[in-house]
Amino acid sequence: MPDKNHIISNTNDVLVKVEGLSKKFCKNLKTSLWYGVKDLISGVSGSGQERLLRPKEFWAVKDISFELRRGECLGLIGHNGAGKSTLLKILNGLINPDAGKITIKGRVGALIELGAGFNPILSGRENIYNNGAILGFSRRDIDGKLDEIIAFAELEEFIDMPVQHYSSGMKVRLGFAVAAQMEPDVLIIDEVLAVGDLGFILKCFKTIDTILPDTAVIFVSHSMPMVSRICSQIILMDQGCSQYQGENVSQAIDLYYTRFASNNSNIVFTDHSVQLKSLKILEAKGDEDLPQVRWMDDFKIKFEFQVLKDIQVPEFLITIFDKEQRPVAAFEQRKQEDQLFFKEDNLLSFTVTHKELQLSKGIYSLNVSVINQGSNEPILRINDALKFQVIHSKDIWPPLLLKAAYENC
Amino acid sequence: MALETRVYQKERTIKFGALLKASLADMYGSRFLARQLAERDIKAMYRQSYLGIVWAFIMPLTTAAVWIFLNSSGTIKLSDTGIPYPVYAFSGTLIWSIIVASINSPMTSTQAAKGILTKINFPKEALLLSGIYKLLFDTSIKILILVVFVLIYGVGLQWSLLLFPVAILGAIIFGTTVGLFLTPLGLLYKDIGKIITFGMQFLMYVTPVVYAIPKTGIMKTIMTWNPITPILLTARDLVVGFTPEYLNYFLLVLIVCIPLLFLGLIIYRISIPIIVERLSA
Repeated sequence: MPDKNHIISNTNDVLVKVEGLSKKFCKNLKTSLWYGVKDLISGVSGSGQERLLRPKEFWAVKDISFELRRGECLGLIGHNGAGKSTLLKILNGLINPDAGKITIKGRVGALIELGAGFNPILSGRENIYNNGAILGFSRRDIDGKLDEIIAFAELEEFIDMPVQHYSSGMKVRLGFAVAAQMEPDVLIIDEVLAVGDLGFILKCFKTIDTILPDTAVIFVSHSMPMVSRICSQIILMDQGCSQYQGENVSQAIDLYYTRFASNNSNIVFTDHSVQLKSLKILEAKGDEDLPQVRWMDDFKIKFEFQVLKDIQVPEFLITIFDKEQRPVAAFEQRKQEDQLFFKEDNLLSFTVTHKELQLSKGIYSLNVSVINQGSNEPILRINDALKFQVIHSKDIWPPLLLKAAYENC
Repeated sequence: MALETRVYQKERTIKFGALLKASLADMYGSRFLARQLAERDIKAMYRQSYLGIVWAFIMPLTTAAVWIFLNSSGTIKLSDTGIPYPVYAFSGTLIWSIIVASINSPMTSTQAAKGILTKINFPKEALLLSGIYKLLFDTSIKILILVVFVLIYGVGLQWSLLLFPVAILGAIIFGTTVGLFLTPLGLLYKDIGKIITFGMQFLMYVTPVVYAIPKTGIMKTIMTWNPITPILLTARDLVVGFTPEYLNYFLLVLIVCIPLLFLGLIIYRISIPIIVERLSA
């Protein structure tokens, strides 16, 4: 059936159209239930009056609009409680909006909960039918796809075992295997793929990749690598409102991260024998808060430590983290010939240089550890000691953009 | 074939005809889902239980047993019922249990599916239908037991017994209608469920379940006006082969029930999103 649709429908069809969507929620349970009763009455009698905030209510989703065509993927990002899941529920038709309008064309598939309708007592095979029925398959559909589902879930051996004895990963696998049989025009994905082992996640994404070109996808995730990989446009939500909306995915992701950024550096450990007085990037552009370095520039950082106790010149471990808090690189440790010494006033001032920085475009931070040279005991450890931005015209996901030359040979 | 288009917005005007049509279409379209859900629950229930099917009729059987004992031991004195008292009492409690179960069915089925209601969009009418399927399964077992009972006590099989399922269907329609009206509120407030359990206990005493309608007095008026009375009496008369005395009243109740049932379906359809919102908020 979907095949027919795909041939006839224009690829440029707007499949999802959302206009000025708003939804309010109530903070208090008893009040919420009472409003529920009132809504029931006004719902049944069909009152058309404008919905305003009643006491103890707030806008969970406020004035969201977007359009989505076949082959496009919209990423919804934002903090917990920003309204993403509520928006998904409205899109999925589970709850009605309080204002605004949604028009959806075609079959809607939702990967919000995998394995809905599973009964723990029943076997995997029986539960395929339960789950499939809830997702809208007919018995004949499931009969025909049964082997494929079992094979995809890699559960041939355990398919007749009660689902309550499955591991959580197995349940998710079975759930996804059934859901993967949907051939939706509009696909809604919530944070469901976080479970399961790596191999399975990759398999899931392979499946999603194959349906992407024919589908309009709405994707909610906290995993920015996945968002940047899949999405063609982004809505960054905060307290129900759209903070950023557009096709510049990397800009939106940067914005998302700056909302988490705590500007004060974190001293995680210190034995009070040294103190970091200053740390800066030499020859950097940009403002104090976020120095900028161009790709392939020499990266030169200047440290100034105040030594408070009588110690030997320590070792320094400097690590670069990306905005996802993944470590991407570490600086070589001080070599024998790199002699450092204390100046008068017990100051230790030095530079660390790395030539031709090949980090890809993005925001990075430095973690600095100072350790005792002989015993390797930690003296000082600072996370997020410095933030900097690497400038380049090209936006890529991997943390390193290696300079390369291509020549015939 | 054009793509199916759905529009979600705040309802402005309510078209009862369109809603009813959609509701019935969804119910028809979700036959497989409803069956699957019913099958799942029935299987799961019996797979994890040794007594299994016994639980379906143990309640009416014990209630009947208590009354049979009270009557036979002379503790209470009941007016003549025209048939062996055990048959009277058991058929009464059994039919009563079917009515109670059908009143509870819409609410329990919806309540049990709370988890998926807040996550997946599927035809909610399937829940009602699966409740009815489960009800029919239980009921058919109860009817078999009743037939055995009738044979043991020598009332003998009557041709009218063939019409008995029709009367039971009436009982289910009546119960479901009442249940449907209570469901939206009952999903919001737990009190409703308790009130039903509580209220049905009292209601049993103003329905000719274990004793006949008295000849005179206030009880006669209450029992005669009680809309469950004609359902119960008609069903029982058909089992034992009497001419149903209250047939017209029974038909009247049914005729009133059917439009109400449709109205209940419409209310159910409108109220589910409102309830889902309160459940998941």
